[in-house]
Amino acid sequence: MAEVLVLVEHIDGRVRKTTAELLTIARRLGEPAAVFVGSNVAQATDVLAKYGATKIYHSDSADLADYLVVPQAEFLAQIVAQSSPVAVLIPSSPEGKEVAARLAVKTDSGLITDAVDVQLADGKIVTTQSVFAGSYTVAATATTGTAIITVKPNSAPPQQQPAESVDTPVEFAASDLAKTARITASSPKAKSGRPELTEAAIVVSGGRGTSGDFSKVEEFADSLGAAVGASRAAVDAGWYPHTSQVGQTGKQVSPQLYVAVGISGAIQHRAGMQTSKTIIAVNKDEEAPIFELVDFGVVGDLFNVLPQATEAVKTAKG
Amino acid sequence: MNIVVCVKYVPDAQADRTFSVDNTTDRAGVDGLLSELDEYAVEEALKIAEANDGEVTILTIGPDRAADALKKALQMGAHRAVHVNDAAIHGSDAIATSLVLAKAIQKLDPQPDLVLTGMASTDGTMGVVPTMLAERLGLPAVTYASELTVADGKVSVRRDGDLASQTIEATLPALVSVTDQINEPRYPSFKGIMAAKKKPVDTWTLADLGVDAELVGLTAAWTTVESFSARPPRQKGQIVTDEGDGGSKLAVFLGEHKFL
Repeated sequence: MAEVLVLVEHIDGRVRKTTAELLTIARRLGEPAAVFVGSNVAQATDVLAKYGATKIYHSDSADLADYLVVPQAEFLAQIVAQSSPVAVLIPSSPEGKEVAARLAVKTDSGLITDAVDVQLADGKIVTTQSVFAGSYTVAATATTGTAIITVKPNSAPPQQQPAESVDTPVEFAASDLAKTARITASSPKAKSGRPELTEAAIVVSGGRGTSGDFSKVEEFADSLGAAVGASRAAVDAGWYPHTSQVGQTGKQVSPQLYVAVGISGAIQHRAGMQTSKTIIAVNKDEEAPIFELVDFGVVGDLFNVLPQATEAVKTAKG
Repeated sequence: MNIVVCVKYVPDAQADRTFSVDNTTDRAGVDGLLSELDEYAVEEALKIAEANDGEVTILTIGPDRAADALKKALQMGAHRAVHVNDAAIHGSDAIATSLVLAKAIQKLDPQPDLVLTGMASTDGTMGVVPTMLAERLGLPAVTYASELTVADGKVSVRRDGDLASQTIEATLPALVSVTDQINEPRYPSFKGIMAAKKKPVDTWTLADLGVDAELVGLTAAWTTVESFSARPPRQKGQIVTDEGDGGSKLAVFLGEHKFL
């Protein structure tokens, strides 16, 4: 069976959930092989094997750590040339999409981004994408070269299927061109302790209606174990960081439950949350377009509604 | 300092966007405009040009109507524009688009010191063309810039990621894609609108660029849209008005749907 490469997303060897999802998807298409870039591969091995990686290609070349995505794309291209996989699955993060874009050009391959599902149908790899702000669903195939597919978080429930992972170190040196853009400084973001926005099962977002006070939004989110998002209006006003923005120019989320608080529901925002399974809104304005999307809506002042809901949730959860 | 900004003419995101019979984005039935996200790249180019006695060239690929996108950028203050217009390009994927853009940029005289783009188009939203273009041009690329400084033959960019805020440097010539956090795009002034009418717009075909028509367009695309379907409209749910019990009702809904 042909290999399907999965680019591992990890922080110092701690494998992220998206990788388990990608390995689960890869098993539908062929024989999953993980590609690990960076240090601490030993720490990742158990998890990768548990989700069915039959091989772990890796290199701890310093070139892969100090520079941006170019060396990663070169590394993947080298493995593609070596193992002729049928597909390469890459997380649909900004960085992942860049790696995929370069890999597609380097390997003369078709590229599909932001897949929400990938299946094998009649021997063809068929992807599903949500387009035009979630108003259409598209089925697409890559017809030339190796199918290079970036896959969004939450596209498959991770399923374990343990395999013997063969450790496969790869000799690698980046080209000189790969070293032309360099990270010169990095300041880590403060950790919120909340789930990652694109991976969370529940997201609670605040907008203009908060008037800049996100405390009630955060308290309600915490009662549900949810991630906190923000509308563009709230981000532009400086009330919440851009990395928390849900919408066309921010994160696209598709959680089990999305709660929009004080958000009117402009197309810019809908593009980021319209595919959520269940949608709830709290808004003072009963005419707000967000109410057209919701499964449940409360017309009212969030500063009254949310604290009451938070207390009720805490009581129910004991 | 010569700057080229790659822009895209897109169907208005506020309109009901759809597909054509050949499964490509419908660009005829929906009003188009300069992609909102490209305005930030135009604005950033103008600011850098103003500070460095530079010139800004706007480059687009698209049908006749894409001239509207160029016009808007010229009205904002760009100096000249290039419109690559060739029927064979219709249906091109990101790979072919990056090829045509690369060839057009290589034909520019003088060659640009800086290539700027928006972070993604508002129609395809892939966000991969800037990176592909850099790969083809052999330029260093820094994407998703929230802040951009050009000095001493270098670009310095601030990029806000989920885990960290990074400073990234690259030597010129370079390609930078910018986010909607980087600036506030200007509106064209009356003077700008009048001046735009006299600014040069070159129109190039694939033949002008030496690009084989067989490498672009729908039949040459390396990906195929097999089918599309409109997402069923969401059923409007239950709306309650808060009469002192809105929060409790919300919690009841959460309980009934097993979120607690």
